[in-house]
Amino acid sequence: MSLKQLSADPYNIIITGVGGQGNVLASRLLGQILTREGYWATIGETFGASQRGGSVMSHLRISSQSAWSPQIPRGRAHFVISLEPSETFRVLAAYGNPQTLVIWNTRPIHPVSVIAGEAAYPSHQEVVKGLDQISAKHWPLDATSHAQKLGNPILGNIMMIGALSAVSELPITPELFEDALRQMMPASKIPINLQAFNLGRGEILKINGAA
Amino acid sequence: MSVVTKGAKGDRVLMMGNDAIARGALEAGVKVVAGYPGTPSSEILQTLAQAADEHGLYVEWSANEKVGLEVAAAASFAGLRSMAVMKQVGVNVASDFLLHLAEYGTRAGMVLVSCEDPGALSSTNEGDSRPYAKMMEFPLVEPGDFQEAQDMTKWCFELSEEIRNVVMLRSVTRMSHASGNLTLGEIKPSYKKADFKFEGGFMDQLTGPALTFPSLVEPMHQRQLAKLGRVREIFETCPFNTYTGPAQPELLLISSSAAYMYSREAIHMLGLENEVGLLKLGTTWPLPPQLLKRHLASSSKVLVVEEGTPFLEDNVKALTADSAEQVGIKKFYGRSSGPLLPTNELNPDLVAGALADIFKLSLPGAPADYAKKAAGLATENAPARALTFCPGCPHRASYWLINQALKLDNRRGFLCGDIGCYTLGAISCGFNALKTSHAMGSGTGVASGFGKLGQFGMDQPVMAICGDSTFFHAVMPALVNAVHNNSDMILVVVDNSGTAMTGFQPHPGTPLDAAGNALPTVDIAKLCEAIGAEVVIADPFEMEATGQTILDLLDQKGGVRVLILRQACALSPGKKGKKLFDMELDQKICMGTDCGCNRLCTRVFRCPGLIWDPQEQKTKIDEVICVGCGVCASICPSGAIKKSEVA
Repeated sequence: MSLKQLSADPYNIIITGVGGQGNVLASRLLGQILTREGYWATIGETFGASQRGGSVMSHLRISSQSAWSPQIPRGRAHFVISLEPSETFRVLAAYGNPQTLVIWNTRPIHPVSVIAGEAAYPSHQEVVKGLDQISAKHWPLDATSHAQKLGNPILGNIMMIGALSAVSELPITPELFEDALRQMMPASKIPINLQAFNLGRGEILKINGAA
Repeated sequence: MSVVTKGAKGDRVLMMGNDAIARGALEAGVKVVAGYPGTPSSEILQTLAQAADEHGLYVEWSANEKVGLEVAAAASFAGLRSMAVMKQVGVNVASDFLLHLAEYGTRAGMVLVSCEDPGALSSTNEGDSRPYAKMMEFPLVEPGDFQEAQDMTKWCFELSEEIRNVVMLRSVTRMSHASGNLTLGEIKPSYKKADFKFEGGFMDQLTGPALTFPSLVEPMHQRQLAKLGRVREIFETCPFNTYTGPAQPELLLISSSAAYMYSREAIHMLGLENEVGLLKLGTTWPLPPQLLKRHLASSSKVLVVEEGTPFLEDNVKALTADSAEQVGIKKFYGRSSGPLLPTNELNPDLVAGALADIFKLSLPGAPADYAKKAAGLATENAPARALTFCPGCPHRASYWLINQALKLDNRRGFLCGDIGCYTLGAISCGFNALKTSHAMGSGTGVASGFGKLGQFGMDQPVMAICGDSTFFHAVMPALVNAVHNNSDMILVVVDNSGTAMTGFQPHPGTPLDAAGNALPTVDIAKLCEAIGAEVVIADPFEMEATGQTILDLLDQKGGVRVLILRQACALSPGKKGKKLFDMELDQKICMGTDCGCNRLCTRVFRCPGLIWDPQEQKTKIDEVICVGCGVCASICPSGAIKKSEVA
């Protein structure tokens, strides 16, 4: 099998969000797709206590040559998928660089410090302005609202994979995604997940088309 | 899951480290697996439980790790390959039995898997159980990648069988919970009749009684050390010890486990492939002396990179001292000698930092102006995200009630707790109610002690809290102690119907086994009554009645009172995704900061399902997050938060 040469090897993706948003499933689906394509995929993630309302991160490393460390070195993320706006900044501060690309879900999940009134949460405009400064390009996506319309807000994670497939150089197609789904979930859940994937992909293609 | 149990030999798959360990055990023909849940170990047993029917295994979640190790040992004594699985703290619980097991030995291959959590991502300690292998004299191995997680697990059974002793396989979070590619080996169907032979002599390890005994200690200890000698020979040529780099490196880097992956990456990051030799050790106790000496002789500088305490570093230093005439004087670097720090988990950056320090290089990374800007924006835009109880978590309600009652009681009463989701009672989501927390079950033991300090003038009410799984794990002996010694205390059992913290595994109080088959249950309330405690059962979501119950219990003098607060975890299979109530916030009634409550719901109760809107100065319900437990409706003094039965 001849593998498509990636612009960077390893190609480093971070999926971030808040515990319970489904970033573990998202990283595994992506890893599954790329493994079946013949790449080496290494995923590092935290779960356990951090699931209890804390920030979570999955590190995904794609290589045509070998396995890599399950933790991405600082400043070396090529792509950040963020399921929650403010978490994007936490990740970029540690792993971003001027070339980093970002897809972010615009729906906030307020930390308890904000709920308690001890800290402020940035407005949509502040997030956009901030990301303009520290990403090469970023795509906002109201994934949670779309997913709610599909019947379950957690499908936002699948929408983000669809979105990634529309903009990244990684070979992720709806067919490969469906194939990976079949490996990981019962047949009854596949149509709704495919719908979410295509919706995310379509939204980003719409933004790109308009630009 | 399916790939672990059904994947065919030669398939190239993506697998989590824990699944790779499970697969390795299946390939080895493991028959009995037991353990107690604990992050990052739990998936190994869960995966094997799913395979139990298909592959003819017996898999159990044991009441605690010591019992789990004993259950696994029984299988080995009866001729079946077995495995015990736990997190680092579990090895402490199992250690008393482990000492005796290692002295006597095993029959069919037996592996103890310890998954550890350097950096305490999901722990309250950075326990390192590797020193047990040295202290109790049995072999220790550490896989360095995902393929090895599978292959070394399989090999451990063979090694154990060859030397007739238990073998410890140690993993860490970044191995257990990381995923990578590997090629599957073969699962061969096998059947073996279990039979415990005891007819032979005391020193006949295969047919005699399985026991340790005072007059047998010396010969058994000698036998154990002879086994360890054989292990050293085997480890000398073990293919899981590898070397990459020049024949005469400027620096010899010795590493193991996930730290090996960081080391490889760090060498690559700094382009030091021609200067640094990387010796990866899969076998970390006992060390293979000839292999080590050969490599130690090749360089005058040695950096040891390992997760946990400086276990490997200290042992390499001792071996170097022992063979100084052959290998010469070394300059050592590591977590004990520096520049690596002795605390927290490692990562590629930290290892690269140490190499950069030694080789006087600068570390590559994002441009300084970018890093500064991004850090500034993170400070502005990423408010701290403290851990909190899930929306709808019954612990939030329980802690609210306990805290309110202790405040009303006004005698500086306090709560002693331990390990579980409810450890979060120590921070704001539990209203800082928890004042002591240590090992599993320790809240009750510590409270039992506090409850006896009345004779020294202590007049504060003493309460303990534990979860339902913890109750069976380690609280029972402490409760017996408290009752028998007539301690003055209240034990609150927050019974949420499962081992919630680690992914809702069953325990002796729940009616299912690890694979979901029916099992008899052990009733916590009846057990407490039989022990001799007064028992009250209440629902933390019935806030008014339960609040009064706690106050009444505080008023009672002397003896042990047990309050069981029963309400299932919000993530339990029966509740997940279902709303108990439709919640509504009447914006006309909510007066926000102007209300006399001073935003009790958002400022103090702090459920993630609520939103404080600083513009409108009102509370709102976050429809995506709220699960409709209805508790905030009981807290709002103006009746602005309303709950109605889901239609």
